Amino acid sequence: MNAPNELNLVALSRYGNDFLREVEERVEDGEWVKMCMQCGVCAGSCPFGPHWEHSPQKIFMMIRAGKRDEVLKSDSMWMCTSCYNCVVRCPRKLPITQIMHGLATYANRLGLAPKMQPTRQWSLLFWDNCTKTGRVNELKLTLGLYFKDGLVSGIKQAWAMRNIGLGLLLAKRLNPFELIKGHECKDKAGIHRMLKKAQEIEAKRLGLGER
Amino acid sequence: MAKKEYAFYPGCSSQLKGSASNYLTSVNSMCDTLDIKMTPIPDWNCCGASVSYAGAGELSRHVMNARNFALSAEHLPGQDVVATCAACWLGAKETKEKLDANSVLMADTNEALKEAGLHYKGGTEVRHMVEVLIEDVGYEGIAQPVVKPLEGIKFAGYVGCQTNRPFGIAGESFENPMYLDKMVETVGGEALTKYEQKVSCCGGALAFSEPDKSQKQIKQIVESAYDQGADMIVTPCPLCQANVEVYQSEINRKQGTRFNMPVAYYSQLLAVAYGASAKQAGLDGHIIKPTKLQEIAVKVVAKK
Repeated sequence: MNAPNELNLVALSRYGNDFLREVEERVEDGEWVKMCMQCGVCAGSCPFGPHWEHSPQKIFMMIRAGKRDEVLKSDSMWMCTSCYNCVVRCPRKLPITQIMHGLATYANRLGLAPKMQPTRQWSLLFWDNCTKTGRVNELKLTLGLYFKDGLVSGIKQAWAMRNIGLGLLLAKRLNPFELIKGHECKDKAGIHRMLKKAQEIEAKRLGLGER
Repeated sequence: MAKKEYAFYPGCSSQLKGSASNYLTSVNSMCDTLDIKMTPIPDWNCCGASVSYAGAGELSRHVMNARNFALSAEHLPGQDVVATCAACWLGAKETKEKLDANSVLMADTNEALKEAGLHYKGGTEVRHMVEVLIEDVGYEGIAQPVVKPLEGIKFAGYVGCQTNRPFGIAGESFENPMYLDKMVETVGGEALTKYEQKVSCCGGALAFSEPDKSQKQIKQIVESAYDQGADMIVTPCPLCQANVEVYQSEINRKQGTRFNMPVAYYSQLLAVAYGASAKQAGLDGHIIKPTKLQEIAVKVVAKK
């Protein structure tokens, strides 16, 4: 999912220039966007603020201005650490963190999110990891991140972090056998079925794929 | 004290040999003393945490949490779901609030849950262990079993983000919550109330994907603890604990600092104050040894 896909074409033909409506209908908590009064408290409250190309405040204005590509292709939302500082400070009580996550989800669904954005890759790894067995396999998750760009860079990263790994191993907070078999839910199959169903229901509710 | 019973949602990181397994060890010891019975929800699953959004849609996340609620209601009826992990608590509580407020989302959730043979009726209460301590046990109740006050130890109370925002602990402010400091003082420690990184973000899950940006946050969190004269940092969050402890060596390596600041859980403080051994309090689960706590843990005192 890293090139504009069929869902994106269908969305374009459905919403045209009305990006605000698209966000309101398809992005989690998107109906809140128009409540933003551009005060900038969110921008000033973000721990990763300096690293955002566009602060949440700007993103909200860009949505209203119909800057669809600039928003969905931006790596800004992927800078959210989920600290919820903006949420508790927002005078209009916008669920900003949730909207940023929702925009990231939507951009990824349409294949518009920046492919190499590290948090996008990390996020996909995390969801895949925790839903495979119903529980996170911490070792596979960490190694998956190190080795995402191939064997050589993976070995380099793992080597750089060897002392931390050893420290955790000695503290009994890392289990090498997780590579073979980690913790898991008994009803993995049920979890897979329910998640498949949830995705179907959500796609239908959001009208993904409908013109 | 009457026995208090809860449906326990321990979360992935607390599992055996997980990154927060010593948190669970200390919680078990603390709850034994306080006569709190924590029964794990049978076959509980991951909440999806806060960084799974790229792959997960909104409904998938709610379904994951609702599965735990349904299992809890079936096997442990009437008991509040209690999480020890900040992200588990936040994720579960968000689902609870969304489903309670939106009947369409509830119906969709149940349609998906049916695939796993489950049904969620609603009404599950989701709470953090800290809420159980403050609201159900109370500060007096926390103080009562103390046999070894943590005298002479200075703690920088690092509350972090997700135990504090967006839900927080009732009656506390988002900008300067006092419960952790009060808890430290209740078990005889010295709380450094002027510690200014109390509610800063450690980078959370982005410590993995954006290490440099996160380590900048962590550096400030540790530096400020040193500035305040802290012996150690104490936190209620397993990700804060791991990030702030584990990356100190990386920061030292890259920036020439000489950080060696232990980071403990509130539950370890309580366990040690209640007379637990170092092992029972999970003090053997640290890369940076919490020596001052260890010293108290090995002290022999007459039973109260």
